[in-house]
Amino acid sequence: MTTLPAPAKAAAGLPLRSRIGLGLFVAAMLAAPFFVGDYVLSVLIIVLFSAYLGQAWNIMMGFAGQLSIGHALYVGLGAYASAALFVHFGLPPWIGMLVGVALATLVGSAIGALGFRFGVQGVYFALLTIAFAEFTRVLFDHFDWVGGSGGLFLPVTNRGGNDLVNLRGSPVMFYYLLLAMTLGVLALCRALLRRRIGYYWLAIREDQDAAQAAGIDVFRCKVLAVALSAGLTAVAGVLQAFYNNNLYPETTFATGRSVEIMLAPIIGGLGTLFGPVLGAFALTALGEGLTTLVGRLAESGYGLHLDGLKPFLYGLTLVLIIAMQPTGLWPWLCRLGASLSGRNRRRRAVAGTERRA
Amino acid sequence: MLYANIVVQGLLTGAVYALMALGLSVIFGVIRIVNFAHGEMMVVGMFAAYLIFQATGIDPLFAMPAVAALLFAFGYVLQRGLINRFVGRPDYMQFLLLLGIAIMLTSANLMAFGPDARNVPLDYAFDSYEVGGLLLDKVRVLAASGSLAGAAVLWAFFRFTRTGKAIRACADNHVGAQVVGLDVRRLYAITFGIGAACVGAAGSLMLLLVDVHPYIATDYTLLAFIIVIVGGLGSLAGALLGGLLIGVTEALSGFLIAPSMKSMFSFGLLILILLLRPQGLLGGARR
Repeated sequence: MTTLPAPAKAAAGLPLRSRIGLGLFVAAMLAAPFFVGDYVLSVLIIVLFSAYLGQAWNIMMGFAGQLSIGHALYVGLGAYASAALFVHFGLPPWIGMLVGVALATLVGSAIGALGFRFGVQGVYFALLTIAFAEFTRVLFDHFDWVGGSGGLFLPVTNRGGNDLVNLRGSPVMFYYLLLAMTLGVLALCRALLRRRIGYYWLAIREDQDAAQAAGIDVFRCKVLAVALSAGLTAVAGVLQAFYNNNLYPETTFATGRSVEIMLAPIIGGLGTLFGPVLGAFALTALGEGLTTLVGRLAESGYGLHLDGLKPFLYGLTLVLIIAMQPTGLWPWLCRLGASLSGRNRRRRAVAGTERRA
Repeated sequence: MLYANIVVQGLLTGAVYALMALGLSVIFGVIRIVNFAHGEMMVVGMFAAYLIFQATGIDPLFAMPAVAALLFAFGYVLQRGLINRFVGRPDYMQFLLLLGIAIMLTSANLMAFGPDARNVPLDYAFDSYEVGGLLLDKVRVLAASGSLAGAAVLWAFFRFTRTGKAIRACADNHVGAQVVGLDVRRLYAITFGIGAACVGAAGSLMLLLVDVHPYIATDYTLLAFIIVIVGGLGSLAGALLGGLLIGVTEALSGFLIAPSMKSMFSFGLLILILLLRPQGLLGGARR
C-alpha cells in the first residue's frame, strides 16, 4: 500500500491558491442551475451522487484501507427504508433516512465486526462485502413488502412545487441538496483526517501490524470506518430513491452498482480529499461524451451493434488510466501543477520516486 | 430417489463449474491476481464454441481443445502485455485493471453478437441415460466427462512436465524461482494462459447446458469466486470439491425453495466459509 499518496499532506492548512480554487468551484456549482439546461443539470446531479458516494466509500478504502465492493448494499438499505416507510405509512423521508442510516450503520458494523474478528483481510474481505450485497439482493427480490423483484414505486405528485419535507420537487432542489451533502462530507473528511482517528486510519492502511504494535485499537478503528462509511452512503440512497421514484433490487444492489461507486475515488485518486470529486466529474463526462460520440456514429450508420461500443471505450479508458496513472488523476494533477510552477524542485523529485515505486 | 436424481444432476453441472473455477484458482494460486474477468473470459469461450458450431457443425464437446487453445493464446498475450506490470501492486489497482478488461470483453461480445441469447441445437439435447433408477441428461454426462478430462490433463501437466513443475516452483517461492534462473514473467504468462484455457474449455462445455448471451458473464465470475473460496483459493482439489458442492447446493435449493433463490444459498455458504474457514475447505495455510 506504499504507493498511495499521503492525504495528511492535503489535509494540512490549505494554501491560498487552493482556497481560491475551491471558492471558485463552489461558486460555479452554486450558480450552475441558473445557466444550464435540464440535460446538463441532470448530468451534474449524477456527478454529485457519484462524488458524494465516492467520498463516503473513500473513508473505508482510501483512509482505513479496507476494500469494499459491496457499497450498493448501504445505498439500497437507505433507499428502501425511506421509500418503504413513505409508501406504506406516509412517513417523511427524513424519518426514513434516520431508520435507513441506522440500519446501514448497523449492517456495516456487523459485516465489519464479523469480518475483522475472524481475520478476513484484503481480497477475502472484498469478496465478503460482495457476498453480503448479493445475498441481500436476492433477499429483496423475494421481500414482498418492498415490492420484491417487481420494484417499489414512489407516487409522483406535486411535481410543481418543492416540498423539502417530503422530498417531492424539481431536480434543482435535489441538485442543491446533493451539493450541500457533497460539500458537507468533504468538510467532514477533512476534519476526520486532521483528528486522531484519521491518523489511526492511515497508520492501519499503511501497515496494520505496525499500527497494532503502536497500541492502536485496530479492530475498533476499522469497524468505525465501515460504520461511518455505510451510514453516509445510506443518506445518498434516500435521495436516490426520491429522485428516481423507483427501486428494483436487481439494479439497486447489483455488484455493478458497487463497482460504479468505487470508480470515481480510484480514478480520481484514492485517499485524497478532492480525488473522488474530480473522478466523478471525469467519469461522468467520459460516459456522457461517449454516449454522444456513439450516437453520432450510429447516425452515420455502420452495421455493428453500436450499443457495445460505449462500454468498450469506457473499459479501455479505465485500463489506460490505471496503467498510466495508477495513483489517480488528482495526485497526477498536483504533480503536474508542482512541476509547472517550477518552484518546488524537491517535491518533483519525490513525485518521481513515487512513480517508480 | 427424486432427491438422489437432483443431487446427481447437481454433481454433473458442478463438474463443469469446477473446471471453470480451476482456471481462477490456478491464476490466483500462482500469480496472486484475482481474475475479475473470469466469467467474461468464459463467455468468450462459449461464443467461440458457438461460432465453430455455426461454421463447421462440430459439437462444442469436440471443439473444446480448439477453444482452450484460443483462450490460452489470449490469456498468454494479456498477461505478457498488460497484467505482468500489475503483479505485486495493491489489490484495488489489479481489480480495476481486470474490471476494465471485463467491461471490454462483454462489450466486444455485445458488438459482435448482440444481446440475444443463442444456443447450439444438438440432436441429443433431450436424450437421457437410465442408470439404476437414476435419470441422467446425456448433455450433462458428456459435459461432466469433458470437464473431468480437462481437469485430469491439468493435473498431469502440473505433476509431470518440466514447465508445470517450474510453475509450481514460482507459486511456492517467487524469489527462489528467480534465484534458480526461472523466467518468472514467461511462466506467469503461461499460467494465465492455462487459467484462460480452463475457463475457455469450461465455456465450451457450458454451451451444452445453457444459452449464451453477453450479460451472463458477471454471474459466472461471482460463481467462480464462490467455488474457489469454498474449496480453497489456490487449491486445485478444492476447486473441484467446491464446484461439485455448489452444483449440488444450487440444484437442491432450486428444487426445494425457488430457482431464483439458489444464488442466495451459494452466497450464504460463501459468507459462512469466509468467516469460519477462510482458507477454504481444502486450502492450506493462508498466504
